[in-house]
Amino acid sequence: MSEKTVDRVAGATPVLLARKIKGLSDRAIAWIFVGPTIFLLLAVNIFPLIWTVNLSFTNFKANRINRVVDYVGFSNYERILNDPDVWLSMQATAHFLFWTIFFQVLIGFTLAWLINKKFKGNDVWTTIIVLPMMLSPAVVGNFWTFLYQPQIGLFNYVIGFLSGKDASSFEMLGSVDLAPWSIVIVDTWMWTPFVMLICLAGLRSIPDYIYEAAEVDRASKLRQFFTITIPMVLPFLMLAVLFRGIENFKMFDLVVQLTGGGPGSTTELASIHLKREAFEKWRTGYSSAIAIILFVTVFGLASIYVKALNKVKER
Amino acid sequence: MSYSVTESSSMVKWVAGTLVILYAVITLVPLAWILMTGLKTPPDSISYPPKVLFEPSLEGYVNLFTTRTRVSKETLAALPPPTNFAHEIVRNRGMVIVGPSKFGQRFMNSVIIGFGSTFLSIFLGTLAAYAFSRFKIPMADDLLFFILSTRMMPPIAVAIPIFLMYRNLGLSDTHLGMILLYTAVNISLAVWLLKGFIDEIPREYEEAALIDGYTRFQAFYKVVLPQAATGIASTAIFCLIFSWNEYAFAVLLTSGTAQTAPPFIPTIIGVGGLDWPAVAAGATIFLIPVMVFTIMLRKHLLRGITFGAVRK
Repeated sequence: MSEKTVDRVAGATPVLLARKIKGLSDRAIAWIFVGPTIFLLLAVNIFPLIWTVNLSFTNFKANRINRVVDYVGFSNYERILNDPDVWLSMQATAHFLFWTIFFQVLIGFTLAWLINKKFKGNDVWTTIIVLPMMLSPAVVGNFWTFLYQPQIGLFNYVIGFLSGKDASSFEMLGSVDLAPWSIVIVDTWMWTPFVMLICLAGLRSIPDYIYEAAEVDRASKLRQFFTITIPMVLPFLMLAVLFRGIENFKMFDLVVQLTGGGPGSTTELASIHLKREAFEKWRTGYSSAIAIILFVTVFGLASIYVKALNKVKER
Repeated sequence: MSYSVTESSSMVKWVAGTLVILYAVITLVPLAWILMTGLKTPPDSISYPPKVLFEPSLEGYVNLFTTRTRVSKETLAALPPPTNFAHEIVRNRGMVIVGPSKFGQRFMNSVIIGFGSTFLSIFLGTLAAYAFSRFKIPMADDLLFFILSTRMMPPIAVAIPIFLMYRNLGLSDTHLGMILLYTAVNISLAVWLLKGFIDEIPREYEEAALIDGYTRFQAFYKVVLPQAATGIASTAIFCLIFSWNEYAFAVLLTSGTAQTAPPFIPTIIGVGGLDWPAVAAGATIFLIPVMVFTIMLRKHLLRGITFGAVRK
């Protein structure tokens, strides 16, 4: 209640004060404060975006500046929709997205649930678990290629030791079957803590009295889990999934270091495919069109994300 | 002792604790392996089976910071005795140090670009966040969404025109170009996080200051800024970590003068392939500051990674 009074007072005062205080009006200050940020974003984000749209209708090649540039209409877009390589990269992205989110939600939620049992020292261990996700994906991804070495790599050695197979009999990064899983493993290792932290916040937001009431009503622990815990954590979990979805849709640094999109193009995710088209084959116009398609997809996801975010905030 | 339905039994706690600690230990193995590999000699680092116990050596670190060349035995014997451990390690491999490597310079680039862009994002972000928090701005929600949406773009999608734009403006491979670029990426995080922190500061403080005759500017930097100090500090660390870790723009837009450490570390080559101890030594030096920051940030971590959506 007191907060509402505060808001009302606060909302009412500035208008009266604005006339009294010397110097610039609040409106002018607001624009001076927001202006530089908007300007920077327009210059470094929106201007390039418009340029990309423009390029996507041309056959421009950035490595041959002097060549005559023709406007080709929508033919870049038409070619993309019929390009099997694009569809392959979309399939690779879908595989990567689905399995990383699946494992991260499964392990992340379980960990959060265990940590929420409030054993001694749980906060220290939480901080330790969080470490991988804060590190540079490129540097860590590069080191994982060492762990994945068939003969000398620690990962292969451990798996070989546990399964009884020869450690040099399988190549995580070099084989068509295993490479898509090797990137799922590293991403899961890195980002499970993210899902865990958000789930933990969800679990901690559930007030004790709900469980106490359920206990009075003699609801079983299992039933409490499915009718209280899961529904209350779900908005948080969805937020985590959306974040991971958007981030992994854009995934570049980690996978480029791990496999570079190979072998062949088995792990060529959307961003990596785009990089190859744009900066290796130098098909600037064509790759601009791919960029626009990716951007529209992510922007759609972002809109959903903001709606979900607001729902979580309302609670 | 009273019975509580929400307090778990000690048995449950013990099992939960064991499982979590087990996961934590497994998840730390790759990081521990980086640290250990950095202290191995090149032959130890690639031995089979992988060596857990080994005699620590600083060869990786020496290799990371120096360039070396192989010399004949006679030349080596004719040299005066080594003046420090680094020379000694290198000479034991039949080589001499001919100069510093590029790592120091790449690391400094990371520091300059990281701090430069962090300072700029915090400066602009605090101003914008204050305005969004305190003033009625037309279409404020749309503007905030626009600011956030810039973060959703895949870096590679914007990299094409930025690459062309920077080439025309002469900003390719410059510190200024990278600072501006990272600021543009970080500013969405800065505005969203800082708006949350400033929202939490009661307005009455400023109103009181305004009544006492402060101007808006004075009220802003004498009243609001000190109150928001913790929020500003943690936002700054998040921006710094992002710039520090960023790879996609760095690898496409820089190659020499302004190249940061992430694109450089994977390219450290030794004799006959990657010099893993040197790579691991570089990674250790590069990752430890972030680990320290993460531990410092742990209370605001959740807020930072969700752009302020979840505040605990």
